[in-house]
Amino acid sequence: MTRCGRFEAEAEMSTIVAENLVKTFGSGATAVTAVSGVSFRIDPGEFVGIMGASGAGKSTLLGMIGAMSAPSSGRLIVDEIDVYALPLERQADFRREYLGFVFQGFHLVPYLTALENVMLPLAVTARGRREKQDAAAAALEGVGLGGKARRLPGELSGGEKERVAVARAIVNEPPVLLADEPTGNLDSKTGAEIMGLFRKLNGAGMTIIMVTHSAECAANARRLITVADGRVSGDRPLALN
Amino acid sequence: MTLQWISVRNLMRRKGKAAFILAGLVIGVGTSVGILTYVNAVGHDILHKLDQYGANILIVPRTESLSLSYGGLALGGVSFELEEIREAELTRLASIPNAGNIAALGPLVLGVTELEGRRILVAGVDFAAAAILKPWWKAHGSLPGPNEVLLGAEAARVLNLSAGDRLPVGDARLTVSGVLEPTGSQDDQLAFTRLADAQRVFNKQGRVSMAEVAALCKDCPIEEMVQQIAEVLPGAKVMAIQQVVKSRLEMLAHFEKFAYGISAVVLLIGTLVVLVTMMGSVRERTSEIGIFRAIGFRRSHVMRIVFLEAGIVSVAAGAIGYGLGVASARLAFYFGGEGHPAHVPFAVETAAAALVLSVTLGLLASAYPALMAARMDPNDALRAL
Repeated sequence: MTRCGRFEAEAEMSTIVAENLVKTFGSGATAVTAVSGVSFRIDPGEFVGIMGASGAGKSTLLGMIGAMSAPSSGRLIVDEIDVYALPLERQADFRREYLGFVFQGFHLVPYLTALENVMLPLAVTARGRREKQDAAAAALEGVGLGGKARRLPGELSGGEKERVAVARAIVNEPPVLLADEPTGNLDSKTGAEIMGLFRKLNGAGMTIIMVTHSAECAANARRLITVADGRVSGDRPLALN
Repeated sequence: MTLQWISVRNLMRRKGKAAFILAGLVIGVGTSVGILTYVNAVGHDILHKLDQYGANILIVPRTESLSLSYGGLALGGVSFELEEIREAELTRLASIPNAGNIAALGPLVLGVTELEGRRILVAGVDFAAAAILKPWWKAHGSLPGPNEVLLGAEAARVLNLSAGDRLPVGDARLTVSGVLEPTGSQDDQLAFTRLADAQRVFNKQGRVSMAEVAALCKDCPIEEMVQQIAEVLPGAKVMAIQQVVKSRLEMLAHFEKFAYGISAVVLLIGTLVVLVTMMGSVRERTSEIGIFRAIGFRRSHVMRIVFLEAGIVSVAAGAIGYGLGVASARLAFYFGGEGHPAHVPFAVETAAAALVLSVTLGLLASAYPALMAARMDPNDALRAL
């Protein structure tokens, strides 16, 4: 944490440490524990796949890593910042400056053009209008959609929407990219293209944490954490394909 | 890309909802502006008419003897036997700063006569001024000419006189020219003759017992005119007929209270429309708000987006509501019985008040929806789909 109350995040400084994370929904007899005592360390530049069956707790775990869902107990430390010890507004700042999100189902804002969707994370930054536009245009160009900046989400294909979502996630140049079932709504060819894009970003130094239930998709990662019944059931490196 | 831009784009996309919020505020603000403008215009009109309807200032001699009730009003200090005002002094009223506001000046000479053992008060009046001072007078017969007298309804009944009969007054015998219809005032008990005739028979040439003034006080406080008249007539006591002034003001106050009550109800309904519509809009945008929060918008940013939307619509509603309110007030005034255009000018203060009211209500009604939006858990919001 730094001057002017902002975070100074660098891609090579994004060590993520989960310490005994627990997430319980409800209380008493109806309480359901979705994540139970998960611990791991993710070093800068890693490409981690989190795999598990439906209901295994992988999306809940990603929500906790993404500073969006406070654990019932345990700590999430990123670059020595105890994320959930931060006030709520500072957690928002953390998300903006440290993390990029690619959601399942794209989650683009339907009344904004592709360019405007990509510019969204910059809307609350102090950058100038021109600078924001240039950054968004470069991100769109980077995902191969430079020619479709003025299109509304409704005018784009599924693969193009996913690319816009990726561009939005990286426009702020965050050190960590979180993806929740990024190929869940795509055909295999488009899914492969998106995975290629992720590999490219990872190759440039970005840490990627991807939740998936697809073994084909997970094979793109360099490390695979498997989750079952809210616990880590496996954690192993993957060989390069 | 700014928060303002997001608000504008959302309003453009959800035109139906924006129009509904706009309509709620326009109806509230427009109705309030319309009712209050109409009340104001009617109030001015009524005041103007009331000012021209009867006397509202009395001039009596300074005296400490005898009091007399006249027209149901305690005049206090009128001594028609002992004290009088010089008629010539009344011309000084033309020199007061607000002389232009004097619609009529009616000098009055009072005296007593007797017929068959019954005493009756005789008033010498200027009948030209009486047409303005007492426009409610309706006479069966004609207004008195020289040596004639007009009887009040009760006086004619008690004295058993009718047109053509004679009434002895001092040394003269005045012919009854007509009888007034009942007025419900003390005028019913009096006999009225021409001022000059009364001065002659009561031997009060050049003197008057009192004077009534009809002052147009729409644009000037009556107290000021009373003060001005008192300054030019130092020997007289000048007083506003407080009952008249008070009743006029009270009537207007009642009218205004009613208008404020109606406006408050309509504004409340308009505010509720905004609240419900904004709540619906926020719920509809759950996933969108989840995205904003997930990519790093603070709660305050989300609230600002909601408030900006409400503010933009509220400003438009204030302007449209003011225009519609004034237009509807003019139409209501014209078709509501007056038949002539109301004096309803463009008032910057009212327009500004309409804008402030609209924006205040819009923001107040949006406060809870904005808070609800800001408090959404991003994780839950994204899972809502």
